[in-house]
Amino acid sequence: MGKSLFQKVWDAHTVGTIADGRTQLFIGTHLIHEVTSPQAFGMLRDLGLGVKFPQRTFATIDHIVPTINQDQPADPLAAEMIDAIRKNCDDFGVTYFDLASGKQGIVHVVGPEQGITQPGTTIACGDSHTATHGAFGAIAFGIGTSQVRDVLATQTIALQEMKVRRIEVNGDLAPGVYAKDVILHIIRLLGANGGIGYAYEYAGDVFDRMSMEERMTVCNMSIEGGARCGYVNPDAKTVAYLNGRPYVDMTDFSATAARWLSFASDADAVFDDIVKINATDIEPTVTWGISPDHGIFISENIPDPATASTPLEKASIEEALAYMKLDPGTPIKGVKIDVAFIGSCTNGRLSDFREVAKFIQGHKVAPGVQALVVPGSQIVAIQCEQEGLPEIFRAAGFEWRGAGCSMCLAMNPDKLIGDQLCASSSNRNFKGRQGSSTGRTILMSPVMVAAAAIRGSVADAREVFNLQTPAAVA
Amino acid sequence: MALEPVPSVTGRAVFIPGADIDTDRIIPARFMKCVTFDGLGEFAFYDVRFDEHGVKTEHPLNDPRFAKASILVAGVNFGCGSSREHAPQSLRKYGFNGVIAESFAEIFYGNSTTLAMPCVMASPADVVAIRHAVEADPETEVTIDVQVLRVRTSGGLDIPVTMPDSAREALLSGRWDPIQELLDNDSAIYAKAVELQYV
Repeated sequence: MGKSLFQKVWDAHTVGTIADGRTQLFIGTHLIHEVTSPQAFGMLRDLGLGVKFPQRTFATIDHIVPTINQDQPADPLAAEMIDAIRKNCDDFGVTYFDLASGKQGIVHVVGPEQGITQPGTTIACGDSHTATHGAFGAIAFGIGTSQVRDVLATQTIALQEMKVRRIEVNGDLAPGVYAKDVILHIIRLLGANGGIGYAYEYAGDVFDRMSMEERMTVCNMSIEGGARCGYVNPDAKTVAYLNGRPYVDMTDFSATAARWLSFASDADAVFDDIVKINATDIEPTVTWGISPDHGIFISENIPDPATASTPLEKASIEEALAYMKLDPGTPIKGVKIDVAFIGSCTNGRLSDFREVAKFIQGHKVAPGVQALVVPGSQIVAIQCEQEGLPEIFRAAGFEWRGAGCSMCLAMNPDKLIGDQLCASSSNRNFKGRQGSSTGRTILMSPVMVAAAAIRGSVADAREVFNLQTPAAVA
Repeated sequence: MALEPVPSVTGRAVFIPGADIDTDRIIPARFMKCVTFDGLGEFAFYDVRFDEHGVKTEHPLNDPRFAKASILVAGVNFGCGSSREHAPQSLRKYGFNGVIAESFAEIFYGNSTTLAMPCVMASPADVVAIRHAVEADPETEVTIDVQVLRVRTSGGLDIPVTMPDSAREALLSGRWDPIQELLDNDSAIYAKAVELQYV
C-alpha cells in the first residue's frame, strides 16, 4: 500500500511519541515574524533556554510595516516590535531579512523566493497562512506562540497526526477564472470548518497546470477551509522554480531534485477522503458575508435568509447581511465599493500584478475609490519595477506601495475607515478584519478587484475586460 | 517541570452566539501591537463589546448577569482563522477557564490546551440546553469534567462531551505544556536532524 506525501513527510520527521500520545515532530524550517515571536523569545529567556538550531529559523517583518516610508513607522508600538525582532535575531543568531536587506516581505512570499521552502520538509510559522508553503510539497502549518517557543528551543513540536483529504479538480478553467476562484469555490463547497482534522492534498490536472505562484494562492487559503495544511505534490515545475534560488544547495542538484520528487504521493496511496470537483463548474467567485465560505459566483444573487434550510443557517445569513449592509436576494454585481486592495500572502506575487497589468491599461479607477497595490516582498516590487508594472498601475489610478501585509489585516496604517467596503484579493472577510470594526470585505481574485476598482462596484471581470470564452469547436 | 493537573473546571457560564467565531473577533489585530501577552484580557471581544463610538453593545459579555462567567459556551468552529495565541491568552486573562463548543478550529484548540484551558465539544442540542440553563439562571454552576468527559450543571444537566485523547491526557497528567518533554528527547532530536541532513 502506497503512502501519501503527508504520510511520507510525517513519518520522516517523527522524533518520537510524548506521554499524551502526540507525535514529537521535527520542524525542518521555522519562519518567524514580528507579531507572534517576541513573546516566544521572552519565554526562552524566562526559562534560560537557547535556540537549538538557529540556522533553521528565518525571520522577517511584514504585519506592521508601513507601505509608505517602510522604515519609518510613525507608531511607537510598531517601532518597538521591529526593534524586538532585530534584537532577538541578533541575540540568538537567527537570519533576519531586514528592510535594508532588500529581501524583506511577507514571510510566505520570502520563504519560497529565497528557496528556503523546499519539498519533503516540515515548515512551521506562528501564522495560519503557513499552509502557503505546501505548494512545494512541504507539510507546512501555523502554530501558536508557545509552539514558536518549542521550535526555537527544541526544533520540534507536539502535534496530533492529521487525516488526509484529496481534493481533485479536473477540467479546464474558463477565461477569467483563477486559482483564487478555485480555492474560494472549494471552501464554499466544503465549509469553513470542513477541513478540521485534515491536511488537504490538491490534485488533478487543474493544479498540475498551475504555476507555482497559483499553487501558493490555493494552498494559502487551506486554513480558511479549516485545514491546517494543504499541499500540491512536487513536480518538474517545483524543481524548476527552486533551481538556483539562494538557499537551495546546488552541489548535486539532480540528486536533490530526485529526492524532492520522491516525496510525491504514491499512485496507490490511500486517503481518508476524496472530493472531486469539475473545473468547468467554477465561475469567478466573490464573498458576500463574514466567513470565507460565504462565497457565490459573480452571476449569483446574495443569499436570502428566507430560503435557508435550517434556523441556524437563517440566523447566520441574517447576521452576515446585517454586518455587510447588503440586501438579500439581490445581485452581488453592482454593489458599490470604496476601497480596492491587491496584495497579501494570497495574491501579492509577480504573476498577480502581471496578470492585472495586462488588462488595466486604458482604464481608470472609478472616482471616489481608493485602490492600493502592495507587492508581497521587496523582491517582488523590484521584479515589477523591472517590467514597468508600477507605471501601468499608477496610470490607471492605483497607488503603488511598499511591501508588507498591509490591508489584509491592517496592523499598519492601511485601514478601512468606518463601514467602507473593500474589494480585496486577501484571504479573510471576518468582521473588522481590515482595521475598522464596521469595515466590510469582499474577497475575490486580483483581476476581479481591478474590475471592481474600475467600475466602482463589484463587477464581472469577464465583462469589464472582455474576457471571452473561446467558441466551442464545431 | 511538573504542572498542575486540570481534572475539571467549574464556574458560571456565558453563551456567545454565532458560528465560526474567528480569532480576529476574539482579539482584534490592533491589540497585538505588543511584545508581551500582558494586558490582553481587557481587549477580548473588544469590537463586538463596544461600538465604533466606544459605547457598550448588547453583547453577552456586557450583560451584568454574566459578569462572573468563567466558562464560555459557543457554536461551531470556535477560534477559526488566525493562529494568534493572543486569542486564548486574552480569554484566559479575561477570566475564562474553559470552553464548551460544538467544534473548535485546530490551532486555537492546541493553543488553549497549552494554556491549561480545557475545550470540550458538545452536540448542537446539548449546547442549546446549556445555553438555556445559564440564560434562565445565570448563577448556574457549570462543571467541565475532563476525567469522565461530562458537563454538569447545578440545575441537573449532565451531558457527554468529547475531546481528543491527547488533550485529555495532557490536562489530567499535568503535561499540558509539553516543553519539558520535548527538551528531554534531546538526543533523539539530534539524531533526527542528522538523519534528515538538516544539520
